[in-house]
Amino acid sequence: MAIRVEHELHKRRFSRNLGVGLVLVAFVVIVFGLTVVKVKQLGAVQGFDHVVRPELIPEVKQ
Amino acid sequence: MTDATTFEMENEASFGDYFALLKPRVMSLVVFTAFVGLMVAPVSVHPMIGFCAVLFIAVGAGAAGSLNMWWDADIDAVMNRTKNRPIPAGKVTGDDALAIGLTLSVFSVVMLWLATNVLAAALLAFTIFFYAVVYSMWLKRSTPQNIVIGGAAGAFPPLVGWVAATGSVSLEALLMFGLIFMWTPPHFWALALFLKKDYNNANVPMLTVTHGRRVTRAHLLVYTLLLAPLAVGLGFTTIGGPVYLAVAIGANAWFVKGAFDIFRRDEEQAEADSYRTEKAFFQFSLLYLFLHFLALLADAGLRAAGAI
Repeated sequence: MAIRVEHELHKRRFSRNLGVGLVLVAFVVIVFGLTVVKVKQLGAVQGFDHVVRPELIPEVKQ
Repeated sequence: MTDATTFEMENEASFGDYFALLKPRVMSLVVFTAFVGLMVAPVSVHPMIGFCAVLFIAVGAGAAGSLNMWWDADIDAVMNRTKNRPIPAGKVTGDDALAIGLTLSVFSVVMLWLATNVLAAALLAFTIFFYAVVYSMWLKRSTPQNIVIGGAAGAFPPLVGWVAATGSVSLEALLMFGLIFMWTPPHFWALALFLKKDYNNANVPMLTVTHGRRVTRAHLLVYTLLLAPLAVGLGFTTIGGPVYLAVAIGANAWFVKGAFDIFRRDEEQAEADSYRTEKAFFQFSLLYLFLHFLALLADAGLRAAGAI
């Protein structure tokens, strides 16, 4: 078998690497999109850290 | 580099060989029926969530296909129809197929759970288990009823799609399940009638091999007669409509007539025209299922547009 720089085998290996790479990128996009949709469906949310939450301050009775 | 390693690397798999493990043609049917199950459900699903649900159901079906190819590599190698699958062709090792099947199974179930709900994910897990273990490992090689019970695996996708949308099982979802479940035996027995040598060689106990072709023709007719009222009956539920009823009546009339024709023939007649009736029935059976689900989709579209 003649030694060549670019063997047909390399093409197959490249197709596999490219395929796996594209699948992973697509997976990242899907999880990101799904997260955006899921979070938006929660309605209004508020963060709990480092902010004043007015409903936790006891009302002053007059 | 030794000659042995050179030889091994000649067979190194490309991405397409791995993709072929997932049985893309079966997957396309799964994608379509799961999509219809999701669309006809009486709740609106966000398009992104619907897309993800169908995608993960398809990946789960692919995982089951990969496990099936790992287990059945020995019989795939002797059947003409399957001898070019990646494992018998020497492109992918059995261990690779097993690893891909198990990984994608867990992946698809967890992702479907995160995207939709736990019942849909549990049903998908059961479907994979049913196809890979109950059908492939247990029934396929031990009973001539393999096709009948194995058909349940192919019947789950619209049910899973429905549950992904609604979160619960209902009569309509069960009837969609029943439609594919009852359709599978006539579909495969028609195939077995004209691919006679394959299953003999592989020692798979198809009904044609164990009970003869006369009995198979009778079974095909009986299952078709049971399928017809079920298929038409689905038209009278909340997901049915004028389009579905028209399609169901027409397609089932053709199907029952085709089954009668097959029943009336004997082997000499079939040999004489090289199984023309059986082949026509098999080809129509694919169209039959496609038309029923397409009609359900059409009626759902009409309902959404307020036309019915």
